[in-house]
Amino acid sequence: MAGGATSVWATARLVAAKDLRVERRSRVVVNQVLPFAALVMVLFAFALDADAVLERTAPGLVWLGTIFSLLIVVQRSFAIETADGALDALRVAGVSPPGIFLGKSFALAVQLFVLEVLLVLLAIVLYESELDAAGAVLLVTTLVPATTGLAFVGTLYGGLAAGTRGRETLLPLLLFPVVAPVLIGATRATEAALGAGGAATDEGWPWVGMLVIFAALFGVGGTLAFGPLVEE
Amino acid sequence: MEPAVASSGPVVELDDAVAVLGRFPALAGVTMSVERGEIVLLRGPNGAGKTTLLRLCAGLLPLARGSGSVVGCDLSTQRDTIRSRVGLLGHSNGLYHDLTVRENVQFWGATVGATADEIQASLERMGLAARLSDVAVGRLSAGQKRRTALACLVARRAQLWLLDEPHAGLDAAGRDELDRTLHAAVAAGATVMVASHELERAGGLATRIVDVVGGQAGPPRSDHDGGSL
Repeated sequence: MAGGATSVWATARLVAAKDLRVERRSRVVVNQVLPFAALVMVLFAFALDADAVLERTAPGLVWLGTIFSLLIVVQRSFAIETADGALDALRVAGVSPPGIFLGKSFALAVQLFVLEVLLVLLAIVLYESELDAAGAVLLVTTLVPATTGLAFVGTLYGGLAAGTRGRETLLPLLLFPVVAPVLIGATRATEAALGAGGAATDEGWPWVGMLVIFAALFGVGGTLAFGPLVEE
Repeated sequence: MEPAVASSGPVVELDDAVAVLGRFPALAGVTMSVERGEIVLLRGPNGAGKTTLLRLCAGLLPLARGSGSVVGCDLSTQRDTIRSRVGLLGHSNGLYHDLTVRENVQFWGATVGATADEIQASLERMGLAARLSDVAVGRLSAGQKRRTALACLVARRAQLWLLDEPHAGLDAAGRDELDRTLHAAVAAGATVMVASHELERAGGLATRIVDVVGGQAGPPRSDHDGGSL
């Protein structure tokens, strides 16, 4: 009866499946985070009560809503690990930290993607944004690296803050400055996709490239750094 | 799957082991040996180094001086391997409260590639296979959660169980249940080290007592009960 550690990818699949199963049971994202994000969009509509302003700012509001919601989803993702010492237990059990990082990032990305789709739909309905076929291709292509990057950053900093006191207030201080490039890049690309402010679709692709680089950097960096961070 | 621990030779062997927390030597030259199948009670006051000794044996702390091996692996160079072969249960259970008992055991078992049969056997050994297996852990009593955590250790094929105050928070029935569980684990080939302040309860469980005082471990002092039970 000897234990044998599983591979990084097997661990990642295991952790992602576990996190998504926990969400399916608890329905915190569905019952709390999605309504929160929708409320933020409605409140923006009340605050900026002018169609032209809303149509122009819709892409930025979508991504601001995403980043506010990211904070809640990340805190929830690590709350389930720290509530009964599971994160410590994973560390004690010698479970691959890169596998944990990738698994939690994947589960986070899935939840964020659903959230972003909702927010874009709300922007189209509430803010009267328009989306043509070329814009839809750009938008979907934007969502993938932006979501992946946010998930990597969220998991990295969520793990860092998980063991600290005052993590609820520490996490936004750590997270918001780091995700600023995603906010800027994803907003510009989404502006191009929705044609906000007269932006052309072609203008969005360079920003997608930046989002891909951001996601790759944090994917590699997070995979390498997560173990030492959690160990500390 | 990694090889099982050698059936001969000590499961834990420490020689002048020193472990440092910050700059403080929490263990100041521990020499001790634990044989396969023993239940060793670590006894001592708060801050004596009991938990540090368990964490050292779990591969969570580096050796600052001395030498040692746990489940046949060197404590200086094979700590990652040691972690995958031992189970440390502290004040927390390491469970996911939204998942069922079975799902928790499946998850922890899967971290070492346990088969469905092994998961089922773990549940059965802890008496969790029937009524409780599909209950969310968040709805269990403290004793049932503890039992689930121990089932996870079984599913992880832990060869050495390191338990820090395992009776804390359990009622009388839960404590009896825990003791039966530990005896069953030993019967199945595990070795157990228990740190506890509840001497009457844990002393009755143990096959040997080790006093931990001032970061050093040794046979029971004369003001306590005898060591070999």
